[in-house]
Amino acid sequence: MQLTLAKALNEGLRAAMESDPRVLLMGEDIGKLGGVFRVTDGLQKDFGEDRVFDTPLAESGIIGTAIGLAIRGYRPVCEIQFDGFVYPAYDQIVSQLAKMHARSKGSVAMPVVIRIPYGGGIGAVEHHSESPEAYFAHTAGLKVVSPSNPADAYTMIQQAIASNDPVVFFEPKRRYWEKAEVDTEAVPDPLWRSRITRPGSDLTLLAYGPMVRTCLDAAAAAEEEGRSLEVVDLRTLSPLDFDTIRESVRRTRRAVVVHEAPRSIGLGAELAARLSEELYYEMEAPVLRVTGYDIPYPPSRVEEEYLPDLDRVLHAVDRSLAY
Amino acid sequence: MTVTPEATTTPLVQLLTPEGERLHHPDYDVDLTDDDYRSFYRDLVLVRRIDVEATALQRQGELGLWASLLGQEAAQVGSGRALRPQDFAFPTYREHGVAWCKGVDPLTLLALFRGASNGGWDPQEKRFNLYTIVIGSQTLHATGYAMGIQKDGAVGDSDGEAVIAYFGDGASSQGDVNEAFVWSAAYNAPIVFFCQNNQWGISTPTSTQSRIPLYKRAEGFGFPGVRVDGNDVLASYAVTRAALDAARTGQGPTLVEAFTYRMGAHTTSDDPTRYRLSSDLEAWKLKDPLERMRSFLFKQQIGDSSFIDSVDADADELAARIRKGCLEMPDPDPLSMFDDVYADQTVLLEEQREELGTYLAGFAGGGH
Ligand SMILES: Cc1ncc(C[n+]2csc(CCOP(=O)(O)OP(=O)(O)O)c2C)c(N)n1
Ligand SMILES: [Mg+2]
Repeated sequence: MQLTLAKALNEGLRAAMESDPRVLLMGEDIGKLGGVFRVTDGLQKDFGEDRVFDTPLAESGIIGTAIGLAIRGYRPVCEIQFDGFVYPAYDQIVSQLAKMHARSKGSVAMPVVIRIPYGGGIGAVEHHSESPEAYFAHTAGLKVVSPSNPADAYTMIQQAIASNDPVVFFEPKRRYWEKAEVDTEAVPDPLWRSRITRPGSDLTLLAYGPMVRTCLDAAAAAEEEGRSLEVVDLRTLSPLDFDTIRESVRRTRRAVVVHEAPRSIGLGAELAARLSEELYYEMEAPVLRVTGYDIPYPPSRVEEEYLPDLDRVLHAVDRSLAY
Repeated sequence: MTVTPEATTTPLVQLLTPEGERLHHPDYDVDLTDDDYRSFYRDLVLVRRIDVEATALQRQGELGLWASLLGQEAAQVGSGRALRPQDFAFPTYREHGVAWCKGVDPLTLLALFRGASNGGWDPQEKRFNLYTIVIGSQTLHATGYAMGIQKDGAVGDSDGEAVIAYFGDGASSQGDVNEAFVWSAAYNAPIVFFCQNNQWGISTPTSTQSRIPLYKRAEGFGFPGVRVDGNDVLASYAVTRAALDAARTGQGPTLVEAFTYRMGAHTTSDDPTRYRLSSDLEAWKLKDPLERMRSFLFKQQIGDSSFIDSVDADADELAARIRKGCLEMPDPDPLSMFDDVYADQTVLLEEQREELGTYLAGFAGGGH
């Protein structure tokens, strides 16, 4: 079945709701409208307003009540309309959601999923193009994942909902409309596994979400110049699947991390630190980062210059190979 | 959830019926000259024209997005004109009519929606803060500004300063907005909360946000609330002016609920046919704020068709200027994105600025 990433999420949500009556969808404009990206399209009609409901306009309320619903035994899936609008809920996420399981010595599980469309490249006004994943990956008690393609979107959303830990689920909004084959019968990879999406031998590109496509394109372009780049789709940002990452970089001995989020103190920094800690003597070059800059997301007319693209990835590849 | 009958039958302050009959109200009235009436009409027409032109420019790919104020012209022009030069406004992202009243060039608004800037004007100079897209945040900024006015001793007489905070029916649910109510009550801040209840927060009806008419929320916070016909420019003006005067003379906050309707889509990205009935829209068309004022001018014989034509000609000229300015608007210099992030530039950003500059220069020279 050929599905867009948005439709694959929709089908994944549907499957999760069918298999567990305790799954609820809640958020702003997710009912009749089906969400501003139509990810929940038709689900209120099919599952009713008790299970798929529009909330008042208050993100702290969305997550705070989801925590209560989870204490009551439900599995809420919360939609945050855009990346830049999650911050009013930040306290509930960081101080409450993330810590409840530990504070209750494991007696209260928090099977809450927070879906967040994220990233730029769609010509949006401010607050609609941000990549806040590091804030959440930095928070103990949360798990953070991001699918890069429709097939993963379909399975990962179901796995996230099935998880007994809170999962912040980052959806690459600029890839919502990209179509690919989704085999709903396929045995899925475990949620906490990264995947070598394109094998190669000269260098490993580490990416997730929207930048995986960019890296695959870069790897295809590099191949024409006789370079063999491996692309690892991280899929899980917290916890990191360092086994897969380590194995890849040990072979290629070079790594470039690519993300849209600002450079400093981001996922790239963590990956670089960990790689240098564990593979210092095996690597040929320092880990390089291709990222957004350490500034607020710029006006969309210059977002092309802000965002990592194929050329910037190849530029970093050149630099790495020159060591 | 269903709309309580009260939510639709609550009386509202009205000075102009939908047919253009002038009403009088014991608490709120206006004493305006014929020129004033004409200029109110003119502002309504120009503001709508800005909006229509921007919508067209978005359709033609010149703007990334536009949030139309269609149907809300009277609430915005009425409240915007009630502001004295010393008063400070904190808008959402839809207050193009208030921006107009505050002398903000429509092109600077377009720059934001075009993706050429994230702000564009000097809030201090215009006494009009930057647009705020994150729902509700600005109500606290407005409250803090109002507290500053008090600390400066700038309340107390008719020259006092006041603040107006704009927000929507949807925003009324946000914690920030409710905190702003608490704070302004706690400090008796010189502020007017101006809620345009346009019945929708994207696809969500006001009934999802509140079981009672929104103006009644004020009572629980300890200050007065009033509902005004938001499609009546005169009533919107009168009620806002009274609330601002109360604030500037030390009588504290007021919540004004301007009862109106979002005639267009939420933004150009939205498709309202998915969630609302066209019959509602038809009913509200009969309450159009421009038609109402035009009928009034005709009835009073203070605006004839040549006046109407001259206003339309002004609107055409304004629209042409906006269109031209938008098409000619330069993209920002990419390197400018590193500027002004901090008051004191950091070494890191200087380095990153140089890095991008060198990288882009490599392309100018042909390839990386
Ligand atoms: C904190 C936050 N959450 C969500 C959004 C997305 N959003 C933009 S406008 C809007 C509805 C606002 O409704 P209302 O306050 O009634 O204002 P209106 O758009 O009707 O003028 C929403 C949910 C946002 N901008 N900010
Ligand atoms: Mg509204």
